[in-house]
Amino acid sequence: METLNIPPELERYWKDLDCGFKPVEPVFAECMREAMAVLSPQGVEEYISNARFLGKMGRGAEPILVFLEVAPNTAKILGEEAMHAIMACVKVLWKSPNGKAITPFLQSMHAVAERLRTAEQMQHYLDLVLDFTERTTGSVHGIHKTFPSPGLPDFFNQVPRLLSLLTIQGLRNWVEYGVRYYNNHPERQIDYFTLQSADSRAVLQRERQGTLLVDNERKLDMYMRGLWRDPEQLIPYSLAYDELRKPQPYFDKLGIRLPDAYDDFVPAVTVRSARDQRPAAVSVSGLNRYRACLAHIAAHRRWSKAVIADNFSPFQRIAIELLEDSRVEYLAMREYPGLRPIFMALHPEPEEDACDTEHESSIRHRLAMLSRAILDAQHSYQHPYIVEYANRFHELMRSGDASTAEMADMGVSFIAKTRLKSDQSAKIHFKNTEVDYRDDNRHLWQFIEQGDEEETFADQNNAQVEEAIEGLPPRLYPEWDYSNSTYRPDWVSVYERIHPHGNPADIDALLNKHAALAKRLKKLLDLLKPQDKVRIRYQEEGSELDLDVALRSLIDYKSGSSSPDPRINMSHRNDGRSIAVMLLVDLSESLNQKAAGCDQTILQLSQEALSILSWAIEKLGDPFAIAGFHSNTRHDVRYLHIKGYSEHWGDEVKSRLAAMEAGYSTRMGAAMRHAAHYLERQTADKKLLLVLTDGEPADVDSHDERMLIEDARMAVKELDQQGIFSYCINLDPKADEYVADIFGKQYTIIDNVAQLPEKLPQLFISLTK
Amino acid sequence: MTNKDQYKVAQEPFYQAQGGEVALYEAAYRARLPVMVKGPTGCGKSRFVEYMAWKLDKPLITVACNEDMTASDLVGRYLLDANGTRWLDGPLTVAARIGAICYLDEIVEARQDTTVVIHPLTDHRRTLPLDKKGELLAAHPDFQLVISYNPGYQSLMKDLKQSTKQRFTAFDFDYPTADVEADILSKETGMDKAISAKLVKIGAVARNLKGHGLDEGISTRLLVYAATLINGGVAPRAACRMALVRPITDDADIRDTLDHAIDATFAQ
Ligand SMILES: Nc1ncnc2c1ncn2[C@@H]1O[C@H](COP(=O)(O)OP(=O)(O)O)[C@@H](O)[C@H]1O
Ligand SMILES: [Mg+2]
Repeated sequence: METLNIPPELERYWKDLDCGFKPVEPVFAECMREAMAVLSPQGVEEYISNARFLGKMGRGAEPILVFLEVAPNTAKILGEEAMHAIMACVKVLWKSPNGKAITPFLQSMHAVAERLRTAEQMQHYLDLVLDFTERTTGSVHGIHKTFPSPGLPDFFNQVPRLLSLLTIQGLRNWVEYGVRYYNNHPERQIDYFTLQSADSRAVLQRERQGTLLVDNERKLDMYMRGLWRDPEQLIPYSLAYDELRKPQPYFDKLGIRLPDAYDDFVPAVTVRSARDQRPAAVSVSGLNRYRACLAHIAAHRRWSKAVIADNFSPFQRIAIELLEDSRVEYLAMREYPGLRPIFMALHPEPEEDACDTEHESSIRHRLAMLSRAILDAQHSYQHPYIVEYANRFHELMRSGDASTAEMADMGVSFIAKTRLKSDQSAKIHFKNTEVDYRDDNRHLWQFIEQGDEEETFADQNNAQVEEAIEGLPPRLYPEWDYSNSTYRPDWVSVYERIHPHGNPADIDALLNKHAALAKRLKKLLDLLKPQDKVRIRYQEEGSELDLDVALRSLIDYKSGSSSPDPRINMSHRNDGRSIAVMLLVDLSESLNQKAAGCDQTILQLSQEALSILSWAIEKLGDPFAIAGFHSNTRHDVRYLHIKGYSEHWGDEVKSRLAAMEAGYSTRMGAAMRHAAHYLERQTADKKLLLVLTDGEPADVDSHDERMLIEDARMAVKELDQQGIFSYCINLDPKADEYVADIFGKQYTIIDNVAQLPEKLPQLFISLTK
Repeated sequence: MTNKDQYKVAQEPFYQAQGGEVALYEAAYRARLPVMVKGPTGCGKSRFVEYMAWKLDKPLITVACNEDMTASDLVGRYLLDANGTRWLDGPLTVAARIGAICYLDEIVEARQDTTVVIHPLTDHRRTLPLDKKGELLAAHPDFQLVISYNPGYQSLMKDLKQSTKQRFTAFDFDYPTADVEADILSKETGMDKAISAKLVKIGAVARNLKGHGLDEGISTRLLVYAATLINGGVAPRAACRMALVRPITDDADIRDTLDHAIDATFAQ
């Protein structure tokens, strides 16, 4: 056996493990270090012998790998003793026909332990598992113990989520229902335990712990009406399934959105020094969590005024939101001082030194500390700026209500004063920074309609766009898992970057090369244009005399009317077209291939096509944006900003196009969702997302070919619901196999890629005619 | 002859005026116009009338109306005594004879056939026929009729007849504004102003819920009770629960909301 990577002090354990699976070796040292840090020497011995058993079970490398990874922390939570019971359970599964369920069982073990916390609770869970196994194994048509339990593996996949919603008792009731009613229907049993059947969800809802909105609607309505004089529709959203984004309360024209259930909030037990005089954290009932959330929202509705978003960078906006949150809460507490202990209990208290400001972006951490310091007069923060700004805040509030605008000034100044190099880091310190009773503040921002500003204004914008985008935190998007018919929440991290710069002259050269094509296009464009002119009549000053009106006026004048109409001119406006466009360009590795039948790469052809198209759209005057994307696993989807709506087709944009490069894979769904969130803000009547790609969605970490295709198809559906029309221009001759699955009828396959520069603008024109 | 003075309001009652109501009332009295004071329970209607009687230095006879009341209860009846029968004037008759202000409190509580007896007193005749006694009493020149009524629990059965309403000039009362109400509490009970303001805030919460599970909000009267309890040493939260919440509702959701409003207002 090769033991090259095993450090000498671990060699003994490695021998004992006696494991021949290739993937185990590279992780072994890491796992052992963890194990030795948290387990007793005796515990380490057992760890090895348990792992050894799992490795020799004949179920491949997965069980031992998973065990090595999760066992130490599981034992840390439950105590080492608890591992015996867990292993006993594994052995039962192993001896039954349920060997397949062992990996999912182990995989969920740590999450289950985190939820249940004690060995005793874990024992309840194991009893439940054994009972489940016993009753559902081999019972089809009475043949004994030969068929595996149909629902068991899926049950283990679901159990972390189930336990985040249910108590162990609730879980037992839920399982009992499924076992009782579907013991003789393997398929339906699976539907039940994958949470796909209606009754499965209904029973889950029934067994949920915590305070349900539906049960308290009347009380909360009275709360809003009685305490805030602001009755409003309350709309629950689900934390359990089907959510697209990580849900946060918010309000809009339709009402106030709140989670469908809140658990009672129980403060984490913290060890405090004897000198700490502050009152201990208190629990907050689910009902009061709703009230805290509503108080916050009602306070915004009473005291917040929207400000213009375009004037601020994203960091400034986060700071402004936070200070405004603090201000409206301050005012709410002035009205109802009893809110303070509730806010204090629910508001996180990040530790001052928790964030490694060298390597992590501490922007959220700093702001959360500031928010805490403002709320909690007895805070312990030393950071001079935290102290200073908390004081400034209180000084300002002492003289009245202050305003959103004043918070904006303070936020901008705080960001400027506390700026750190690491702020731009993609690794953002999130822990203990989320204030979960606060809404998402969408009401706070007003976006100036973009597109027809003066040139100078747009230029000014350019600089801001860049600053804004550099160092944006990753945006998390869900991904559709067709095999379970659920979204995997927060599955994909999208990093947005400004595309690197190249030489804009290269693009001008490309345009020159296609001068003949441009000429032909121009004719087409001119045909499109005149129809867009709208005559505006009755103008005192305009571009032309309006004869009808002028004559009428003249007659009035001649016949002695005292006031002939002086508005005898007319002018024109180009507004027949109201289309906003987003070009989303696949920049994956495959673009580096030579296109069939010519010696240019697909990338070069795409570049030419995009240049001509951009030139054409600019001529038409439609607002449009360009972005490229590629991905390297779900943890790293890159979205490259090439042109924004507020930028014009100029050297800046050309230079980014000139530097286009291809690499990595194609996680299309995430890129589409991200592109959509820009397109969504446009005010045009029609919104078009053009996806230019040369292949099917794929990524290195997605082994099921259908997975990303199905996800992209789902993304098209989502966009459709947002009023965005997606259209695919596909350069893959084999695209027939999948493109219709994703885009329905909304696609074109361009077989002869060499014609792309010509075809793309034509296609655009015919699409938008 | 009955002694007028026993009906006089001896001491100046505390009344916080909210607008021009005092002068207006005086004008109405000068013309001896009948007055109707409308407004929710416990908002100061009775206190106002009492105050005006004191200010005008006129006797005040108050009748709290109720469903079982008959016309005789107002006008008078024959009583049996050792010598046979004896006529006893009712409160309305007494007032008309001696020239008092007769205040029929919560008039809608009385049945409609009872209230018609006041009609002849409210027009130019200013007379009260005592049919049983065979007397037509002409009202004393100082006599004035005042009624109060709460439009809040208006129902078809319990509304004043249009023909009755049309005989009165009217004041529309409501709970005072927050500042004024807090002032009233402080002056009435000697309560600290800050606590008065909090009590008023809780009152406002209940008033916002009127029509949404509550027929009536918390009255100024109940707020005065709460302040009195607090002055007597009861903890504010307990006093509020006892004086403000429990009397007005049995609805669990409302109780819970009001209890929360108390906790939110009186932070520990
Ligand atoms: N304007 C006011 N000035 C002084 N006290 C008031 C006033 N309004 C209400 N109050 C207080 O409220 C209590 C109830 O008022 P009251 O006149 O009996 O109500 P109503 O006759 O409208 O039912 C009074 O005893 C007094 O303490
Ligand atoms: Mg907010």
